[in-house]
Amino acid sequence: MIRATLGLVVGCALAGAAVAETAPADVKFGEYGEVAASLTGSAGDPASGRKVFSERSAGNCVACHTVSEMVEDVQFHGDVGPSLDGVADRWNEAELRGIVSNAKNVFDGTVMPAFYKTTGYIRPGDAFTTKPATEPLPPLLTAQQIEDLVAYLMTLKE
Amino acid sequence: MSQKYALIGALTLALAAGASQADPVEDTLVVNGEIEMTTVAPAPEHLGGALDVVRSGWLYRGDETRDMQRDDFENPAMLYVEAAATAWSTPEGTAGKSCADCHGDPESMRGLRASVPKVNPNNGELWAMEQFVNGCRTERMGAEAWKWDSQDMRNMTALLSSVSRGLPVNVAIDGPAAPFWEQGKEIYYTRYGQLELACANCHEDNNGRYIRADHLSQGQTNGFPVYRLKQTNLVSLHNRFRGCIRDTRAEPFEIGSPEFVALELYVASRGQGLSIEGPSVRQ
Ligand code: HEC
Ligand code: HEC
Repeated sequence: MIRATLGLVVGCALAGAAVAETAPADVKFGEYGEVAASLTGSAGDPASGRKVFSERSAGNCVACHTVSEMVEDVQFHGDVGPSLDGVADRWNEAELRGIVSNAKNVFDGTVMPAFYKTTGYIRPGDAFTTKPATEPLPPLLTAQQIEDLVAYLMTLKE
Repeated sequence: MSQKYALIGALTLALAAGASQADPVEDTLVVNGEIEMTTVAPAPEHLGGALDVVRSGWLYRGDETRDMQRDDFENPAMLYVEAAATAWSTPEGTAGKSCADCHGDPESMRGLRASVPKVNPNNGELWAMEQFVNGCRTERMGAEAWKWDSQDMRNMTALLSSVSRGLPVNVAIDGPAAPFWEQGKEIYYTRYGQLELACANCHEDNNGRYIRADHLSQGQTNGFPVYRLKQTNLVSLHNRFRGCIRDTRAEPFEIGSPEFVALELYVASRGQGLSIEGPSVRQ
């Protein structure tokens, strides 16, 4: 009996999350590639976003970007992309959400990957296994991870 | 007056060079005190200005790794070259022949590495060194073909590369090679995988920069096969191609596939004029 009730509660919570979350194909990009609405319907958590930014198995944004604030505790920052110090002074929240979801809409032909996109790839693979994968692929990051990243980027003011 | 200007010019240059610590080093490579390597060459015309100069991957590696390549006693790849020298003169297959029986010394192969892949006039296919080796094994020796990425094959390509060291890369890209070259070029500029990255994104647009801990070179082929300290073994060029495409979260082409041989020709042509260094050392 208790089990059944718990199951029901979890089921509801999941359904609730699915309703509020915007799927990659449904994201509304503005004229300049910005995304006004939160992908989860709520604000992200900057501390989690900081982790997504630095961890190789998550966003691995440090592969291409430096942030001075994290050079002490995260090794090996790449410099293929610009330093993100003060990035929140240059872009607002909607623009940052757009850049992280699909930077190609903001910077034409950029090397920055689209982190919330599932189709339109050439020879897509199943992560790093070399095996082929069928579209739609899981996006590189979840809606929650994108929101957490946006919240973290918003703290980068000078 | 003009002296002062010259001085200021030099200072500005030094500053510009210092500004990006990610630039390749300036250093000269002489192997065994005698083989002088060209590690920087003018960019071939067919690149249409995409690169100012072409640079060996050697210039992008750390001091210790670079030093290992200066002397065959320090270069761990030479053990594999020795193993291949033994295989070279060991009879195999139903004809009871060794490579040496038909070709004499391995030195008779000097020049081959600098010119492959090239079109095989007998069948019109573009052939890499591995295919020429297997052609001899199956047709002239009655021996079994070696797998493209087998230890035996990597050893043999290391031996055959070593005897061409110091010669400039000089692959034919016109005539019958032209369509293969075009195919390779197309692959080079295609943005594969979920990360949507082409060879050019990393090795043309961003060489000299770091992607995480990796110092991006121009992705030249003149050092192959390379000895990788990380793998403690020889790594074939197609294995490297495969790894680079895998890292874009894509499904790579097969090692030894016509696509990779075409890509090999195209990438080799981007390094025309650089010395053959293989087997070189990488971290
Ligand atoms: C493969 C390289 C690469 C990766 C990985 C990458 N970026 Fe970028 N990013 C770039 C480049 C290059 C630019 C500059 C835009 C351009 O001109 O292409 C950029 C621009 C940006 C900008 C705008 C910066 C400004 O000051 O204008 C933000 C914000 C950003 N990236 C965030 C991220 C986040 C967050 C991640 C990880 C989830 C990430 N990037 C991963 C290459 C990358
Ligand atoms: C995501 C970035 C990336 C992409 C895309 C990429 N590579 Fe690489 N490649 C690297 C890194 C990192 C290395 C190791 C450091 C170096 O030598 O540049 C490397 C090394 C190489 C090397 C060895 C160079 C040497 O001297 O040891 C070759 C050759 C090469 N790449 C060719 C290619 C080709 C051809 C493609 C496309 C099919 C390609 N790469 C795509 C990142 C990339």
